[in-house]
Amino acid sequence: MTVLPLLMILAVLAAAGFILGRQRALALAGGDTKKLHSLPAYYGWHAAIMAFVPAFCALIVWLLIQPFFIERAALSQLPAAVLEDSTASTLAMADVRRVAAGLDTAVAQGAMTEAAIETMDATVTDLRGELGKVGVALGSAVSSEVLAAAKQYRESVASASVVRAVVIILIAVAALARALKLTAPDFWARNRVEKVVLWLLMLASLIAILTTVGIIWSLLSESFNFFSQYPIGDFFFGLTWNPKFGGGSDLGFIPLFWGTIYITIIALLVAVPLGLFAAIYLAEYASKRTRAWVKPMIEVIAGIPTVVYGLFALITVGPFLRDFFAAPMGLGNSAASVMTAGIVIGLLNIPFISSLSDDIINAVPQSLRDGAFGLGSTKSETIRQVVLPAALPGVAGAILMGASRAIGETMIVVMGAGAAAKLSLNPFEAMTTMTVKIVGQLTGDTDFNSPETLVAFALGMTLFVITLLLNVMAVWIVRKYREQYE
Amino acid sequence: MSDISANGPASAGKPRVSILGQSARMKSRNRVEGIFKTLGLTAILFSLAILALMIFTIFRDGSSAFFQTRAAFPITLSAEIIDPAGNRNRDDLTKQTTMTYNKVLNEAFLAALAAQGIKTDDVPEKEITAMISKGAAGEIRADVLADPSLVGQTIEANIVLGGRIDGYMKGRVTRESAERDSNVTMGQLDIADRMKEAGMLATVWNWDFITNTDSSDTRPETAGLGVAILGSAYMMFLVLIMCVPVGVAASIYLEEFAPKNKWTDLIEVNIANLAAVPSIVYGILGLAIFINILGGQMGVEALKMSASLVGALVLSLQTLPTIIIATRSAIRAVPPSIRDAALGIGASKMQTVFHHVLPLAMPGILTGTILGLASALGETAPLLLIGMVAFVANYPAAPWDGGFSDPATALPVQVYSWASRSDPAFIERSNGAIIVLLVFLLIMNVTAIILRRRFERRW
Repeated sequence: MTVLPLLMILAVLAAAGFILGRQRALALAGGDTKKLHSLPAYYGWHAAIMAFVPAFCALIVWLLIQPFFIERAALSQLPAAVLEDSTASTLAMADVRRVAAGLDTAVAQGAMTEAAIETMDATVTDLRGELGKVGVALGSAVSSEVLAAAKQYRESVASASVVRAVVIILIAVAALARALKLTAPDFWARNRVEKVVLWLLMLASLIAILTTVGIIWSLLSESFNFFSQYPIGDFFFGLTWNPKFGGGSDLGFIPLFWGTIYITIIALLVAVPLGLFAAIYLAEYASKRTRAWVKPMIEVIAGIPTVVYGLFALITVGPFLRDFFAAPMGLGNSAASVMTAGIVIGLLNIPFISSLSDDIINAVPQSLRDGAFGLGSTKSETIRQVVLPAALPGVAGAILMGASRAIGETMIVVMGAGAAAKLSLNPFEAMTTMTVKIVGQLTGDTDFNSPETLVAFALGMTLFVITLLLNVMAVWIVRKYREQYE
Repeated sequence: MSDISANGPASAGKPRVSILGQSARMKSRNRVEGIFKTLGLTAILFSLAILALMIFTIFRDGSSAFFQTRAAFPITLSAEIIDPAGNRNRDDLTKQTTMTYNKVLNEAFLAALAAQGIKTDDVPEKEITAMISKGAAGEIRADVLADPSLVGQTIEANIVLGGRIDGYMKGRVTRESAERDSNVTMGQLDIADRMKEAGMLATVWNWDFITNTDSSDTRPETAGLGVAILGSAYMMFLVLIMCVPVGVAASIYLEEFAPKNKWTDLIEVNIANLAAVPSIVYGILGLAIFINILGGQMGVEALKMSASLVGALVLSLQTLPTIIIATRSAIRAVPPSIRDAALGIGASKMQTVFHHVLPLAMPGILTGTILGLASALGETAPLLLIGMVAFVANYPAAPWDGGFSDPATALPVQVYSWASRSDPAFIERSNGAIIVLLVFLLIMNVTAIILRRRFERRW
């Protein structure tokens, strides 16, 4: 029995538990709900939870453990020479699994019978051809050891699933019986149900932690794998990026880092003045009506998917910069360039910088402004000499967050910056960034054992650390600033 | 007495000026003031102008993707050619490939041109038949297979023309640009002009763009968004059912039940940081954990490259912090007096939250959820890493047939993959896909705004 029907049985048991638990509680109270400690539905929920949760947990544990035992049983059929080499045994196990899945498909489609598989001999039957007919493609002919292992695998899976179904259903029924036995008018059903709900709520909040753990773990483990194949010094201080598929690649990080930083600087040069001036105007000059209209319109810029900006960079901004700036000035004729990507990321970041700065400027106490006005300064003098200095730490935090977003931006640089890793000062030249190379190395056919693929994880790790540091720094600066007024 | 001091000897040397007039210094200060204000206004107008320019170019280049040039002419589906077995059996009909239909189609096209009296002797026959889309024969074949009784009849067909002819009719391809293009000849454009005069050509609304699957590089005119829309819909549905319950539950715990200690502080800092992690890192997470570990080593069949389930898992993790942040602020906005009242008449803490706080916070939660989903809908980068950029020629199956683990693609990914193809006709498609994407985003955002306006309560 596969997992899905089993889950359905558990659900049915839980539903039955709800009805039985509720009825039993009512019956014991003689139909008078006032004699019950909790509302009748809580007794139902209690029985349902008891029927479902322990069995479900057992099922999860079983599913996690089962593969190890089944693989061990199947591997015992393979020759000892294969078992000694861990890569060979992993590959052999993959073959076994594929053959077993193929046999399952063949049986499901009626091309083979269980009896035929039982007596099948790999030296006589062309299993690869047979399975090809039912649409299962195998890489090579099936050896008799693999076939034996596959038969063993199927048998263990089949018997395990029967045992599993029996055990799980028994657990569910036993727990349900216990719940019904516990049900009594003075049984605190509500408290127990609420405890379970509380646990569920807590588990949900743990998922956020698990995500972080998952991110760090996936980045770290594969990065270690990479650094065991490629020297860490050559990665962080290498000046050339030249992956080759035959091996012997140069995977230097510096050109990618330079491209990333250069694009980020240009993006900030665009976003900071525009965003800051927009924020100042909205916060200090605009009437309430204007503000109510303009602010959401600027936010629209942030709501448009980045791939749209990527296309804008690719077909509008890139060619425009090439035809009107780069080519006349003799700085190259590439539409994809640092300038293209930088400007478009800058545009995307305007609403981000402006809404953060807007909040910060609004948080500057009115008394400071009134003081400056009282001394006779004009509005712009007040802003430049009183409001902005007071808001400076917060604005600096916003800029750092903007930088972090620019560094992590992917689609715009993939479509607008080019793919050539170069160390150059010419902003109209195509350069590339960390995110572009992560996408480049991980899309298409990837082999998870070559440094050319694994380098993406090292790049991801570096990217994660850089953006995290920038964000932490930004939050720290903003917090420090807030304490001065509150 | 003030008169005396005002006219005193101290001011005798200076020219008398009205305090209503401005001194030179004041004038320059006010000029700076004006410049400063103008700069602010310029920044806003510039940003909005760029936004308008971007949207304008998208609609200028993309709206034509919703229309398609088709040629109307009769086709005789001769039974001898299409059904040599002569029994109208579907299995026998499938043996005839699109090559056969191509022949039928080409002959019918040439005959139709002759019937309309269109001069064709100055253009080689091969070039004329090449005007028909390479996908057209497949469409006719599909029609015949769906309804074998068509065999032997003469049908009035609307045949899709090639991407260049389509572009010429829409004005994207001009005679100058065609000269540099090896995919189209002047002769073909001449024929197209003559067909238009004869009324054989029409540019009609193109449902195929919404429903077709993606197509190969050589026939942009039949490429459609069907798989991408379906894939995005699957993912949004899965994100909704996976992410929202977890997000709301986590927010309730953190806002209402969590004790204030280091552990909950850690969770809070963690959520704030997760919201700022670059999206591509979530793609790496999905590739390493969902595909390599769970799908590969643990053998969970449903988690495969390009599956919408994997995409939805990645997007859920990415959207979770947004939803948690929005939900928490919605819960916090419910005044404590509501809780006190419920607790006062004997509700338990859990009952207070689920019967009173949560329903009152619901509009805020819904708004946050819709906005979170909207940003997930536009997300591209992580989906590239989990293989959703691959060419998908078949629709994913229905959800109850395991469609969530079938290969699919997503709207923004389709925008990217079309934009990276060499044929400029795909740029039109790419922009068209953006229009579809923006329409969905607009609907979601407007819904969120209406919800907020309608149900927002000030306590």
